Amino acid sequence: MNAVVSVARKEFQDGLRNRWVLAIALVLALMAVGIAYFGAAASGGLGFTSLATTVVSLSTLAVFLIPLIALLLAYDAIVGEQETGTLLLLLTYPLSRSALLLGKFLGHGLILGVATTLGFGIAGIAIALGAPDVELLALARSIGLLVVSSVLLGWVFIAFAYLISVWVVEKARAAGLALIVWFVFVLVFDLALLALLVGAQDGGDWLPYLLLLNPTDCFRLINLAGIEAAQAYSGLTALAKESAFQPGWLMLILIGWIVVPLGLALLRFRHRSV
Amino acid sequence: MSEIITFDGVTKRHGDVTSLQDLHLGVHQGEVLALLGHNGAGKTTAMKLILGLIAPSEGELRVFGAAPQGSAANQLRQRLGFLPENVGFYEQLSGREVLDYFARLKRVDRHQIDDLLEQVGLGEASNRRVKTYSKGMRQRLGLAQALLGEPQLLLLDEPTTGLDPAATRDFYTTVKTLRDRGCTVLLSSHVLPGVEPYIDRALILGAGRRLALGSLDELRNQAALPLTIRVKGDEAMNTPPADLPAHEMRRLNGHACEFLVPPENKMQVLRRLATMPGVEDIELLPPSLEHLYTHFSANQSSRGLS
Repeated sequence: MNAVVSVARKEFQDGLRNRWVLAIALVLALMAVGIAYFGAAASGGLGFTSLATTVVSLSTLAVFLIPLIALLLAYDAIVGEQETGTLLLLLTYPLSRSALLLGKFLGHGLILGVATTLGFGIAGIAIALGAPDVELLALARSIGLLVVSSVLLGWVFIAFAYLISVWVVEKARAAGLALIVWFVFVLVFDLALLALLVGAQDGGDWLPYLLLLNPTDCFRLINLAGIEAAQAYSGLTALAKESAFQPGWLMLILIGWIVVPLGLALLRFRHRSV
Repeated sequence: MSEIITFDGVTKRHGDVTSLQDLHLGVHQGEVLALLGHNGAGKTTAMKLILGLIAPSEGELRVFGAAPQGSAANQLRQRLGFLPENVGFYEQLSGREVLDYFARLKRVDRHQIDDLLEQVGLGEASNRRVKTYSKGMRQRLGLAQALLGEPQLLLLDEPTTGLDPAATRDFYTTVKTLRDRGCTVLLSSHVLPGVEPYIDRALILGAGRRLALGSLDELRNQAALPLTIRVKGDEAMNTPPADLPAHEMRRLNGHACEFLVPPENKMQVLRRLATMPGVEDIELLPPSLEHLYTHFSANQSSRGLS
């Protein structure tokens, strides 16, 4: 346990030092404030419009950014250490491979958690201060849900990144695979699902459940289902009104999406030769 | 003395490649053993086996009386220090921070970090980032890392590559201090002349097999290599005696030549040369580790061909 904390501590300090935390928080805060302010630009207005529009926009932003950030942060966790030669050394220390990977997960998870909370938190405060007649309780609830689900989504992709990192032997290949994973889950999956939806003439009751196969869709559902008004904007997600699509269950599914790849990564790492 | 490491018929295969074959070896406490061999001879494989990073395909290996991959692995790792061949560190950390991290992982007292940095000569650079370190400084940081927690067994893979002669000497002085304290040291090196004075025994490996094992004296006897006697003197060397019991005579330049003499004829040749007029100097060069190494590995390859 001690070793896990030591590794996590080092990873987190690295994140502070090379300004990952700062960069992520700034990017998220700036884009979130921007979206909140220019949210109505398409309809010719400026300034904060409604909470529903803002939350839809923010979660769309997060769906693109958070997985990318998580993958970039963690793709070289193992393969990078192998390339510098520190992995060989670490494995001769009284520290199990699982402890090393879990420690890294804790460290990277904390980096992402702190940065996301800061970024969206700042945006939330800016909205509360700048927007006229926004209901503070509803805002806090939406931003809170956004932060929690973003962090979970980030952890999912950190787990994916580790799975890649323990599988390959070259850092460049890990980076390539990370981008492919991002592309598949963020873009391709939804397009394929839309194609299916259009193709399926009759029935198709099972289609919404396919959304659960993609953590980014789970994330979207969590944030949109929470808000009645948002469902009008959410197209595909309006399909989902059953109990399996309530935020609580969706969070559990996201946690499953963290546990499974992380477990596979642990298994694979145990049998990796150095 | 107790055996710290025991190889009992250990074989390691990676697919079709056999990187270590049927190795028998016992390393005693407080011994400095050199692993010598070409690239791919099995030196690093032997070290990785001892470290428990890989498991033997056949045979049994015990380190501190237990299998290095078994349940005692963590306890074992607490007691050993390792310096890998291509040591890399976290570039963005300072030397002290690197040691701090490793000390935490090894759960050892972090007060010794300053002493260790001083000991390897990095005291002044300890707060600089590793990115700015030279190859030699990295190597020293690696050594300091290996010395964390006063290990009882040190494994050093090519420890002196990148070190200048002064640093190499400092390094071996450190090794000697450690041995005097009872620490067992295994080191691999191909810089033979540097190692020679500091080792107790040498294990010569070739293509995964043990070619020779013993102290330098034992190996010399086993190889029965001729000694080199170098003689200086202008006149004498114009007409060197032809009837000396030497294998071979080489003229070095106008006023010196070398005789390759079988060990048993050493005194006879020396007496003859000493009485010759015009001889100014006689130098006696016993076969070095390098000669032994060449001898044993050449034997192996000729045996392999036949």
